[in-house]
Amino acid sequence: MLKTLRQIGRIGIITEPPPSSDDTLRVADQLQSRILEVLGRALCIRAVDAGSCNGCELETHALNNPLYNIEGLGIRFVASPRHADLLLITGPVAKNMELALRRTYDATPDPKLVVAIGDCGCTGGIFGESYASCGRVSNVIPVDVAVPGCPPSPHQILSGILTAIAKAVPDTSSLRSRE
Amino acid sequence: MALQRWFDRAAQQSESNVGAAIRGVPEARGLTVARDEWRQAAEDMAAGGGRLLAHWASRDANGDNIVRAAFIADAGVLVLSLPLTAADADYPGIEQWFPSATRMQRAVADLSGLRTTDADRRPWLRHSAWPVSFHPLIDASAPSSPAMPVIDSYAFVPVEGDGVHEIPVGPVHAGIIEPGHFRFSVVGEKVLRLEERLGYVHKGIERRFTEFPLLSGHRLAARVSGDSAVAFSWAYCQALEGIAAAQVPPRAAWLRALALELERLANHLGDIGAIGNDAGFAFGLAQFSRLKEHLLRATEQAFGQRYLMDFVVPGGTRVDLSAPGALLLVESIESIMAEVHTLRTIYDEHAGLRDRFAGAGVVTPALAARLGLTGLAGRASGQGFDLRCDLPCDPYGELAPTKAGRTEGDVAARVGVRFDEVAESTRLVKRMVGHLPFGLHHVDLSIPDEGGSGLGLIEGWRGPIFLALEAGGGGMIRRCHPHDPSWQNWPVIEHAVIDNIVPDFPLINKSFNLSYSGHDL
Repeated sequence: MLKTLRQIGRIGIITEPPPSSDDTLRVADQLQSRILEVLGRALCIRAVDAGSCNGCELETHALNNPLYNIEGLGIRFVASPRHADLLLITGPVAKNMELALRRTYDATPDPKLVVAIGDCGCTGGIFGESYASCGRVSNVIPVDVAVPGCPPSPHQILSGILTAIAKAVPDTSSLRSRE
Repeated sequence: MALQRWFDRAAQQSESNVGAAIRGVPEARGLTVARDEWRQAAEDMAAGGGRLLAHWASRDANGDNIVRAAFIADAGVLVLSLPLTAADADYPGIEQWFPSATRMQRAVADLSGLRTTDADRRPWLRHSAWPVSFHPLIDASAPSSPAMPVIDSYAFVPVEGDGVHEIPVGPVHAGIIEPGHFRFSVVGEKVLRLEERLGYVHKGIERRFTEFPLLSGHRLAARVSGDSAVAFSWAYCQALEGIAAAQVPPRAAWLRALALELERLANHLGDIGAIGNDAGFAFGLAQFSRLKEHLLRATEQAFGQRYLMDFVVPGGTRVDLSAPGALLLVESIESIMAEVHTLRTIYDEHAGLRDRFAGAGVVTPALAARLGLTGLAGRASGQGFDLRCDLPCDPYGELAPTKAGRTEGDVAARVGVRFDEVAESTRLVKRMVGHLPFGLHHVDLSIPDEGGSGLGLIEGWRGPIFLALEAGGGGMIRRCHPHDPSWQNWPVIEHAVIDNIVPDFPLINKSFNLSYSGHDL
C-alpha cells in the first residue's frame, strides 16, 4: 500500500491541457460550461465498433489515460446507449453489424449526436463497400461529425467530439472557429 | 517417426517440382496429398507434436478447389494441399486431432462453399447479410443484400437442468471493445458453459485482397488487426519478398524487428493495466496507460506514427531511424523499464490482485496441448513456443531472445508472461537501437511475371501471425489468407471460464485479449 501511495505521489497530476494550445484550452473551459448548459450534466458517450480493425479502439482507449483525462472534461464513456448523448462509431459498418448499429442508434434517446471515427468511418476506408461491408457510417445512420485518420490521434478524436457539441449548440462561435 | 515421413516426402516433391516451392519462411515446404492421406497426415502431425497453424481454401490456375492446412513442428513448416474435384461433395475434417480446425473449416464452408465430413455444419462467418448460395471467394458477383438486415437464428447449444439460465452478451459490449456474442449458461454465479459467436466484424478482407496489387497489399494486411499491424504487414512482406526471391537489407530487417518489439511493448503495457483494472485496481490502469502513452509518443517522434500501420513495406521499411530518434527511443525505454520494475513489485505484493489473478481462468498444460493453445496464452500454460526462438527469421537468430514461460495457466500466469516479455522486449529494443547495421532501409522489389506463392510467419505480440500469399498475373494478388492466432485461442476461452463466476469473465477474457477483427476478417 505504501509503495502504491508513494508511486501516486511521485507521478502527481500529469493531465495535459486538452487539445494542447492556449486557444483550445479556452475552448475546453467553455466547452465544459456549454456541456452543462445544454445537457445539465456530463456528456455521456457510447462507443460502438461497427467493424473496425481495432486501431481506432486503441486511440479511443487512450482518451481515458491520465494525460488526456477525458473524464476531467466532463465527458465519460457509458455502458448503454440508453445512457448516451453521443455515439462514437468506428469502422466501416460490417453487414453483420448493421442491425446491431441501427438498434443501438434507435436505443439512444433524442437529441443525440453521432461521431464517426477514422478513415473507415468517414469513407469506408481501405475496406470500401462490398458483400460484407456497408462502407461509411453515414450509409447506415445519420452522422454529425466524421474524423479522418488511420487511426486518428486521441487529440483528433477529442476534437471531433468537441466539434459535434459545437455543431449542436449554434451560438458557440468560438468553438467553430478553432477548426 | 511418422511425422518426419511427411516432411521427407515434401522435400522430395519440391525437389522434383522446383517451381512449386513455397518461399518466404525458412524451413517451409509444401506437399500435395491425396484425399485418403489428408487425415492420416493430420493424425501423424498431432502424434508427433505438430501444431496447426492455419487452414484455408484456394483455387489453382484452372479454377479447381484446393484446401490447405499449414502445420509447424520441430522440422519446420509444412503446408499440405488437397486438390478437390467437382465429384468431391465434401473433404475429410481434421477436428478429431486439431479441435481448433472446426471453426476454420466452417469458415471455409462459408467463404468457399467446401464442406467437411465433421459434424458441426453451422455457418460461422456468414450471418444473414448474404445468402447461403453465395460464396465470396468463389462467386464473382455479389448478390444484393436485403434492404433491411434481418435477425438470423443461430443454434446455440442449450444447457438444461434445475436452475440453469442463460445470459446473452453482445454483440455490442459495455465498453470500448470489439463486437462479439457470448452466451453463458449459468447456475447462480457459476458458469456451466460459454458459447462464443463471432463474425460480426467480418468485412470481406480476403476477397478485398484480390482487388489489390501485390505491392500495396501490405496496407490491407496491416489493417487485419490494428493492434498487430507490424506483425501482419511484416508477414505479408515476408511472403511477397519470398515470391520475388528478394533479400531485404540487414538494416531493414532490424528496423522491422524494432517496430515489432515496440508493438509488443505497447500492447503488453496496455493489457497489464487493463487486466489490473478488471480486477478493480484502477491505479494499475492509470499507471500503465500512462507508460503506454509515453511509448507511443516516443514511437511517433522516432518514426512519425503512434501506431506503425504502414511502416513495414515491401523491400524494407517506409522510413529510417535517425540518430536523435534512436537516442529518444532508448531514453524512453529506459525510463519505462524503471517504472515497470516498480509497478511489478506493487502488482506482485497486492493481496487483492493476487486473490483475483491466481486460479482464475485456468487452462492446464494438458488441456492447452490438446486444444492447441498458442502464442502468449500458450506460453502461460506450458506451451513453450515462440517463433523468435524456435524458427527465427532475421534478425532474431542473432538477437537470441529469451523465451517467457509459465505452467499455471491462470490469469496470474498470463500477466506474468507479459511482464517477462516486457522486460525482454525492452532489452531487445535497446540492443537493436544500439547495434543497427548501417546501409539501406529499403530496396525495390521486382515481382516475377509467372507469379508464385509465399508464406509469412511472424511472432506477433499475441502469437504466431501466419499469412499465405499467391501472386496472380498483372502484379495482382490472386489469393491472400491472413491468419491470427485468435482462431486457435478463442475456443480455449470457452474452457477457461468453466466453473468460474460470471464477474470473472471480463478479467479472464482480457487476460487473453484476443482479436475479433483478426479472426472475423
